[in-house]
Amino acid sequence: MAKLSYPHMGSSVLAVDAMARTMGYDVVSPRPPTQNTLTLGTRHSPEFACIPFKIVLGTYIESLERGADVLLSGGGKGPCRAGYYGELHRRILLDLGYEHEMIFFWPPLRTPVDFLRKLRRFKAIPGASWGDVGRALRMTWEKLKAVDDLEILAHRVRPRERTPGDTSRALSAAMRRLDAAETVAGTRTALGEGTERLDSVATRETDPGDALKIGIIGEIYVQLEPFANFRIEERLGDLGAWVQRSIFLTKFARTDILARGDRDVARTASAYLPENVGGHGQSSIGEIIEYAHKGFDGVVQLAPFSCIPEIVAKSIVPSVSREYGIPVMTLFIDEQTGEGGVQTRLEAFVDLLRARRRRGKDLEHAALPGN
Amino acid sequence: MRLYLGIDVGSVSTNLVALDADGEVIETVYLRTGGRPIEALQKGLGEVGRAVGDATVMGVGATGSGRTLAGAIMGADVVKNEITAHAIAALSEEPGVRTVLEIGGQDSKLIILADGVVVDFAMNTVCAAGTGSFLDHQSARLGVPIEEFGDFALQSSSPVRIAGRCAVFAESDMIHKQQMGHGLPDIVAGLCEALVRNYLNNVGKGKELRAPVLFQGGVAANAGIRAAFERALEVPVTVPTYHDVMGALGAALLARDEAQRGVFVASAFRGFDISTHHYVTKSFECDGCTNACEIVDVVHGEDVVARWGGRCDRWERSASGDRGRAVTG
Repeated sequence: MAKLSYPHMGSSVLAVDAMARTMGYDVVSPRPPTQNTLTLGTRHSPEFACIPFKIVLGTYIESLERGADVLLSGGGKGPCRAGYYGELHRRILLDLGYEHEMIFFWPPLRTPVDFLRKLRRFKAIPGASWGDVGRALRMTWEKLKAVDDLEILAHRVRPRERTPGDTSRALSAAMRRLDAAETVAGTRTALGEGTERLDSVATRETDPGDALKIGIIGEIYVQLEPFANFRIEERLGDLGAWVQRSIFLTKFARTDILARGDRDVARTASAYLPENVGGHGQSSIGEIIEYAHKGFDGVVQLAPFSCIPEIVAKSIVPSVSREYGIPVMTLFIDEQTGEGGVQTRLEAFVDLLRARRRRGKDLEHAALPGN
Repeated sequence: MRLYLGIDVGSVSTNLVALDADGEVIETVYLRTGGRPIEALQKGLGEVGRAVGDATVMGVGATGSGRTLAGAIMGADVVKNEITAHAIAALSEEPGVRTVLEIGGQDSKLIILADGVVVDFAMNTVCAAGTGSFLDHQSARLGVPIEEFGDFALQSSSPVRIAGRCAVFAESDMIHKQQMGHGLPDIVAGLCEALVRNYLNNVGKGKELRAPVLFQGGVAANAGIRAAFERALEVPVTVPTYHDVMGALGAALLARDEAQRGVFVASAFRGFDISTHHYVTKSFECDGCTNACEIVDVVHGEDVVARWGGRCDRWERSASGDRGRAVTG
């Protein structure tokens, strides 16, 4: 019987696991990427491929070693080079001697018929009906929403926690509970319990609005996979900042997949960047403006080293940053990026934002920290 | 006497500054880290201790890439990143400062300020070609002591053009120019210009650098580099008196500020006599998952003084409830 595996992208993996299992597939759930994953991926990747390519390749190899033989890929289509990443992954893995089949989905919710047709080829339970499939998709959606709800809540609680690490511990306990849920009702119960758990983290008695607000923008994989972004949300939270990222899978699904592109953000960006330059380049520009309108103190742009859409965006960032008076710091990430350097930059950026807040925001709009 | 201490444990040097209650500098120490930060820290602390006698330490600030380690061993009240520490020190030297150029052992930084607030900063990313380590290496190779390097450059009337984008290629190019018969002062001056060009391209990246400009860090002692900056920026570049210990000075000022604002009451300082104690660092690979984190323990006698290195809090928690930071004991 086919054993299914797929890339790891933060906590969302537990929803994909649930979907595949409910549909009756045998699943090799991808493990969270580690240094070992990156080393494996880097060894077998073209040097100038971006870090998402390398981590995903490493994850595939680890899953194949654990018995997977059917891999799902999100990289079968797309306006940046991720569009050919799936095919490149497939060929590299075949060259390495891993017999497998790769199925390309992109984007799954925009092309549901194609998606289901591809999945049904591997249907494990012969009698599974479209109704079963529908139930599986519904639970996946509930789980994805629960993952996002819990993370959003954790980002609000962490900057005020009394004991460092309490929020992260509560969050991982909540995620484990969510992972164990087997039905839509169970998922909702797990979400309720997780919310309670996070709400009961001991916090300092400050107004949540006092925390610095930092928005995260950039390429989807480095935003969503904590291993790829040095757990930036946790780090900023530990430094006392309330973090919001621009991409949540459920939001992404509502705007980028279910709808025909995130039109509002594109319209906002259009004065500076009227073209879709691939990846999330245009969104990154629009999102800086959205964050500025919402009164955020600053923005961190996460970009894989050599990512063209984000490089295009970065070249426009200085004028957007100046005109909207919101500091933006860009972090380019690859396998050479050092943790110490990231931490130092984040600390300095938080200091800068605090100082700006103390002095009033409209003092000087000449801010573009980075590299 | 009441004192505030600042320590900056960097890749190349470890520096200490002692301030009195008014913020005046009482003592500075500049030491080579030599790959042994704990020993350098102890030696420096011993020197400050002997110089100040029986002073009472009211607050300690730590900065530099070894700030967590230094903070844990000394008992620091404030642990701050280098950007902020350098900016604070620069503001104490020149309240109207707009631009801080800082070149250290392995890092180079640029800090832009407006009205006494940091509004922008940048650090070198991929290359150390413009930093102190590279200059050190070249001074050893050419047999020109690093202290005389700058004056040597000033003797040149026609610097040669050195390709300074990459440390390895810069060295090849310098050797090429030597073999062509160019004089040493012209080559050294050419190197200074190449480093400045490299800094302005890689760190400056087209930012507007306005006067007043302060030049800080160990490399600021090099008159050749300073002159090259002045030529490139076309504004005077000031090297502060304590240019080589500005990080430590900033850390001390931050400790003083927080003490006076009552952020902490009693200093966590462990005393000057820790310079005579014996610290051992041990590291081991965690086998909890395939991250194989290298966990580092700083051990003093029987006690684990500090522990870090884990991506999760498995080990930090087993040492204390406080993760990543010092295990206070």
